[in-house]
Amino acid sequence: MEVIRHLFWLLVFPGFLFTVILGLYACWIVRKVTALIHHRIGPPALQPLYDVLKLLGKETLIPEAANKAVFIWAPVVGFASVLLLAILLWAVDFIPARDNGMFLGDVIVAIYLMVIPSLALILGSSASGSPHAAIGTAREMKLVMSYELVLVMAFIVVLIKTATFHGISDSQNDAQLLSLSSIAQYTPALSISGLLAFLAALLCVQAKLGFTPFDIPEAETEIAGGVLIEYSGALLALWKLAQAVMLVAFPLFLVILFMGGIGTGFGSVLLGLGKYVLVLVLLILIKNTNPRMRIDQTVKFFWFYCGPVMAVAIVLAMLGNYYDKWWL
Amino acid sequence: MKKKYKLPIIASGPVHPLQEEMEFFQLYVDGETVVDIDVRLSYNHRGIEKISESLQFDQVPFLVSRICGICSASHPLAYVQAVEEIAGITPPERALYVRTIINELERIHSHILWVGLAGHFIGYETVFMWAWKYREPVLDMLEKITGNRNNYGNVKVGGCREDLPEGIDAEINPILDQIEKKMDMLTKAVLDDPILHARLKGVGVLKKEDAVAYAVTGPTARASGIPIDVRRDDPYAAYDLVDWNVCVQKEGDVFAKAVVRLLETFESIKMVRKAMAKLPKGPIAVEVKEIPPGEAIGHAEAPRGETFHYVRSEGGNTPARHKARAPSYVNVPSFKASCIGEKISDVLITLAAVDPCYSCTERVGVVERHTNRVIFDFDKLLQLSREKTEKIRKGI
Repeated sequence: MEVIRHLFWLLVFPGFLFTVILGLYACWIVRKVTALIHHRIGPPALQPLYDVLKLLGKETLIPEAANKAVFIWAPVVGFASVLLLAILLWAVDFIPARDNGMFLGDVIVAIYLMVIPSLALILGSSASGSPHAAIGTAREMKLVMSYELVLVMAFIVVLIKTATFHGISDSQNDAQLLSLSSIAQYTPALSISGLLAFLAALLCVQAKLGFTPFDIPEAETEIAGGVLIEYSGALLALWKLAQAVMLVAFPLFLVILFMGGIGTGFGSVLLGLGKYVLVLVLLILIKNTNPRMRIDQTVKFFWFYCGPVMAVAIVLAMLGNYYDKWWL
Repeated sequence: MKKKYKLPIIASGPVHPLQEEMEFFQLYVDGETVVDIDVRLSYNHRGIEKISESLQFDQVPFLVSRICGICSASHPLAYVQAVEEIAGITPPERALYVRTIINELERIHSHILWVGLAGHFIGYETVFMWAWKYREPVLDMLEKITGNRNNYGNVKVGGCREDLPEGIDAEINPILDQIEKKMDMLTKAVLDDPILHARLKGVGVLKKEDAVAYAVTGPTARASGIPIDVRRDDPYAAYDLVDWNVCVQKEGDVFAKAVVRLLETFESIKMVRKAMAKLPKGPIAVEVKEIPPGEAIGHAEAPRGETFHYVRSEGGNTPARHKARAPSYVNVPSFKASCIGEKISDVLITLAAVDPCYSCTERVGVVERHTNRVIFDFDKLLQLSREKTEKIRKGI
């Protein structure tokens, strides 16, 4: 029975099936809200599903110049890692901390899992042997290098805030804080440093999702799809599914880090859904009110604007911890 | 010694999401920097000039309005002015006003179209969608006036085919007010956006000397600080009868080109209003008996620059020679001056910033089928053309 329960957990709810369906639905929300902002009607609710099904039925072309194994396995790895991240985050949300089987330092694992889709994209596109994809790969690498540091700094702010909320000054139990379950108990976004960190992390997630103004690696009017240019058929469908799952996992990660997670019970699930939708709407608004930035501008933006702001946020959070002021 | 290696080519075309037409820009890139550019057009050569020589003088306007879907009022106008000059015809004043109104409405919709496309090219889809929505009433207006959203076919030798429909002035002013208000909002939003500044300012600068050297026309020249405008320099239609300003910017970058176009939209709105107010009564066309032998040029300021038509008549029913030069033909080569050394992202918006219109520009290019060797390139064709001109000159 235990095995079946675990399999159900992984494959149906809230694992593979539920996450993918929610992701496709989130895709539809993004497209519909974008359409409404554009004064368009927008696609029907099942359109993302139709897209994926149609792609699955199409011929999968593999370029002659491609390194076949890497080209084929990259989307699989990307999809699997982001799915695993989603399952990890659901476990934190839906199961009480005592028996969700989460382990110390799972938050580090989550951060690693967040990087893997980008790495897989870099590998897959550089294996495709197209000059457009080569430019896209270079851009994706620069993009990852620019936002990753800021994301980790934002994450440090969250850890300090968690320690402050927890009221621990001894180092004895500090290690316990390094788990998603304990982070999910608090809402750092209500404090000054936490809010700064949230906004910076939101921009990082925007870049991770490949939304405008950070859709530079794909930039269809410049390099015709860039990293994804050679992908077609089932492999492209996998990338689309990975993007759909990212649309669930990354905002959920932000909700857990900054907004106190979701929790169990009808009321808190509804509230959690509200938080998720809030993050999603913020992402869509940023997407639709900005032109695409250039890659060098993006690197400058993250390193020289977001970086220093995050350093200030860390100092504020440390001060808050020292003087025991939760709002700093 | 630095190893000499073959630079990778980023191909924008022949089919590319950047533009809706066939074009082929080979960008030689070193990393993200474009070090050379190879412009290859001629995917859509339609032999318009040759067809024109087999049509009657009256039929040609319908043909030349199909040179370009967007400048479909300025091409026939330039042609008709050339023919009128051969025949020594002065169209009635009301026809001149009607021509002005249609041409300015065309400019409004073309400039708004460009603003939308420019937004699309830099990934600002909201601007794309909004601008095209605001453009829609202008097309409706043109449909009301001429019967068509594009390819108006309203000019003929000697005047206009159709008068403005009755009661149009009551309808056109509210629509102009509406467009002006929305464009005002859009202009302010675009000109104040810091990220747009970062993306467009100082990008693809076409210096004044380069602009002169490449003989660019229209908004491309005006954005580089060259105050040329056929409407003012050699007034046709009713442009000398209404007062308006030539919009000039000094910087020569993409942002300046956008500013010139946005300001010109407001100028055009003003012009249409004034022309509607001053519209005289009377006939809209004079009867034309025959076109005597002779040659003449006609030019008009299309939304993209100067459209130039040369017509030669030998006294028959059809033009003996008809030559059309669309503004993109001189604007496109300026990429050599404005794009080299820029980043890929900047180059592609710079390519779009002259608002190139490829099907107007197409000239024949002969390429060997299997080897892709160019048999007739630009220089060879130019030489052929000069030889032929020489021959014709001797014939006269």
